[in-house]
Amino acid sequence: MIKSARLNSVGVFVCHCGINIASTVDIEEVKRQLAGYPGVEFVKDYQYMCSEPGQLLFKEACRSETVGGVVVASCSPRLHETTFRRAAAEAGMNPYRVEIANIREQCSWVHHDEKEKATIKAVDIIKSVIERSKRNESLSSVSIKTVKKVLVVGAGISGMQAALNIANSGIETYLLDREPSIGGRMAQLSETFPTLDCSQCILTPRMVEVGQNKRITLMTYSEVEEVSGYVGNFKVKVRRKAAYVDWDKCTGCGLCSEKCPKKVPSEFDRSLGRRKAIYSQFPQAVPNKTVIDRESCLYFKTGKCRLCVEACPLGAIDFEQEDRIEEIEVGAIVVATGYDLYEKEKIEEYRIGYCEDVIDGLAFERLLSSSGPTQGRVLRPSDGTVPKEVVFIQCVGSRDPDHHLPYCSRICCMYTAKHAMLYKHRVPDGQPYVFYMDIRSGGKNYEEFVQRTIEEERVLYIRGRVARLYRDGKKVVVVGADTISGKKIEIRADMVVLAMAMRPSGGIGELSKKLKIQVDQNGFLSEAHPKLRPVETLTRGVFLAGCAQAPKDITDTVSQAGAAASMVLELLSNEELTHSPTTAWVDEELCAGCGQCVAQCAYGAIELDTRRKKAHVNDILCQGCGACVAACPSAAVNQRNFSISQYYSMIESIV
Amino acid sequence: MNVTLSSSELKKEGIEKTAQLSGANFFSCYQCGKCTAGCPASEFMDIPPHEVIRLLQIGQIEEILEKNSIWICASCITCAVRCPKGVDLAKIMEALRQIVLRKNVNYVHPSSVSKEELRTLPQIALIANFRKLTG
Ligand SMILES: Cc1cc2nc3c(=O)[nH]c(=O)nc-3n(C[C@H](O)[C@H](O)[C@H](O)COP(=O)(O)OP(=O)(O)OC[C@H]3O[C@@H](n4cnc5c(N)ncnc54)[C@H](O)[C@@H]3O)c2cc1C
Ligand code: SF4
Ligand code: SF4
Ligand code: SF4
Repeated sequence: MIKSARLNSVGVFVCHCGINIASTVDIEEVKRQLAGYPGVEFVKDYQYMCSEPGQLLFKEACRSETVGGVVVASCSPRLHETTFRRAAAEAGMNPYRVEIANIREQCSWVHHDEKEKATIKAVDIIKSVIERSKRNESLSSVSIKTVKKVLVVGAGISGMQAALNIANSGIETYLLDREPSIGGRMAQLSETFPTLDCSQCILTPRMVEVGQNKRITLMTYSEVEEVSGYVGNFKVKVRRKAAYVDWDKCTGCGLCSEKCPKKVPSEFDRSLGRRKAIYSQFPQAVPNKTVIDRESCLYFKTGKCRLCVEACPLGAIDFEQEDRIEEIEVGAIVVATGYDLYEKEKIEEYRIGYCEDVIDGLAFERLLSSSGPTQGRVLRPSDGTVPKEVVFIQCVGSRDPDHHLPYCSRICCMYTAKHAMLYKHRVPDGQPYVFYMDIRSGGKNYEEFVQRTIEEERVLYIRGRVARLYRDGKKVVVVGADTISGKKIEIRADMVVLAMAMRPSGGIGELSKKLKIQVDQNGFLSEAHPKLRPVETLTRGVFLAGCAQAPKDITDTVSQAGAAASMVLELLSNEELTHSPTTAWVDEELCAGCGQCVAQCAYGAIELDTRRKKAHVNDILCQGCGACVAACPSAAVNQRNFSISQYYSMIESIV
Repeated sequence: MNVTLSSSELKKEGIEKTAQLSGANFFSCYQCGKCTAGCPASEFMDIPPHEVIRLLQIGQIEEILEKNSIWICASCITCAVRCPKGVDLAKIMEALRQIVLRKNVNYVHPSSVSKEELRTLPQIALIANFRKLTG
């Protein structure tokens, strides 16, 4: 009896939030109106409830014998609900007996012109939360065992870095990529700004380290098929694409490729070179295995050829192979799917100037690369001559909200400076020109790098956008403006390099749906908070790294991958994870078994027992969104501490 | 020439009027120069199109009206089509012309034109003579 009397009484704290609340809501008036309200044991106010002294006051109240719950009238529960619930637990009160009444975002901030009405509204908000609080149950968290394994999707430098960090901390890691080899875009680059390290030379040791790591299982040439489960216990179906080569036998000797008669443009070389129908992506590929591109293979097309079968000494070619679905269980997932370049065909006003000698930045990387199709010599793709006048155009497709993409791609200023500099190194008597709008070189030693390009290499920087390109014989005429002198500029170029905008890798939309994570307006993966939770998603247990989140250079990519790895390790360092107990539950006496709730649940948390015709909620999957509660025509679904009767009492208290 | 800037200078009547008549937001221009680069007439202008916008941004409309640029503009709208920021420069040029024309000032008085000239000159040239700065 005494106990229930205690549970029905609440203490109320009203926070001033400095002047954020107090300059609009009359705190003294709020206290006057709440004093004596049924069930209210005391009402206190304080400058900053979230401060240490504020929390001490709060804990003292939790320890007192007289109150069964505490209401804190302050900012949004998204900010400090956890703070106060944790403090309550420390003070020995059930954390689910603490409720927040939001009188800042939902009151003082939006009504600062109407102080009196704001005060009345604040009182109403608090009263309703008091009513809810009086009817709260003392819940305890749901706990979930975690699978101590991780899946990293995308094996570019970000995915590799995250996988290494996680595996080296003792956790089994699957590293998945849809391409046959790991390495991502960095494997295509020539030298990297601002130090001009050879990209392959710094990347391949990492690739080897990944390949040799006992705790990393490579799943290349694979895609995520289906994801179910939840943090700590994801079940992922992986499609292992048919390579038509038995990788257990293949040693990557390349005899098959040598014999294969069918040549097609190489994706890795951005079509500047060619590969065979049976190929390995590049010489340092990890794993070093070949795949048959079914679309180009003569045998698949015509039923004749099989020269690779004859060439392979190990009998590894297997035309009968089929895609396999493998299921893995992991506790956390890191998404590191990187980027693609915006298609240059989309730039209408340049199109009439397009020919083989107008290429994008990645193609120019392949021309500069010593392992590329020209062994690092800068030659015109059309006729193999050395281009003497080369125009680099920045911001193509970027920063163009009216026709293309609104954002800055962030790295092209730097790689264009690098391109112009490396071109000068390869062709000392050539003249590079760079059309730019602004130079964004905010990284360590970046500005110095750009200055060096301008001063020492005599690259001519022209501040203006290019309006059009057209062809004149073997030349491409570039028409732009120099906004500094006010002159219109024309350059008859031998070669044009377009710094195309970066956009998220193709297929990111479908992948994000499978993972139930969000993408932003430009298709990049959304972080949980832009400042404070940059590598988490809103889906617990799924993390982000690299260019899949936003354009960035290798330095930032690697740092972010390390951050994602540390978040994964923090998560999996717990044997068990706890989950909020404010889940939904079905009153079987009322449930008619119509199944409407099942259809509403976005998390697949409700099952219908068709034999008994009763719905059942899985506590671990339920995210407490309340969609099923609203959907149930029989009012049979209720959410713990958000019950329908609680809502009625909240409404009654204010109308 | 020094330009002294102040909030009233930036918001003066001609500037507001140009914004109102054109319906274009010239403050979204980030001076990339694509309009100038694409303009078929810019080489004949005293100041190129992107500088017309810049002068509006810094409140110097008088300087624009002294120059021939707005009269050279052929209203081909290449600038408006290409502008990455959706600034309708062609409409701004027209608004600036309207500001001059609505002053109803004749630069050449009709009575000063000789009979001979009246007979030989096409009408369009006469109009250009009276009101525009390209006569
Ligand atoms: C022309 C150019 C030059 C550059 N030069 C430099 C430089 O000099 N210095 C520098 O610091 N940075 C440079 N960069 C930037 C650098 O390329 C990136 O910072 C870096 O590659 C990003 O790594 P990532 O792992 O995030 O993405 P990526 O390298 O794109 O790797 C992503 C991986 O995910 C895989 N993947 C994608 N989607 C899926 C899917 N759905 N399922 C499975 N796998 C998937 C891809 O196959 C790929 O292997 C340059 C970029 C360009 C365009
Ligand atoms: S069968 Fe296909 S992959 Fe094999 S050699 Fe012929 S074309 Fe190449
Ligand atoms: S990084 Fe430079 S070139 Fe790339 S979009 Fe931004 S400003 Fe343009
Ligand atoms: S094209 Fe548009 S943004 Fe660029 S300078 Fe001209 S008006 Fe300004």
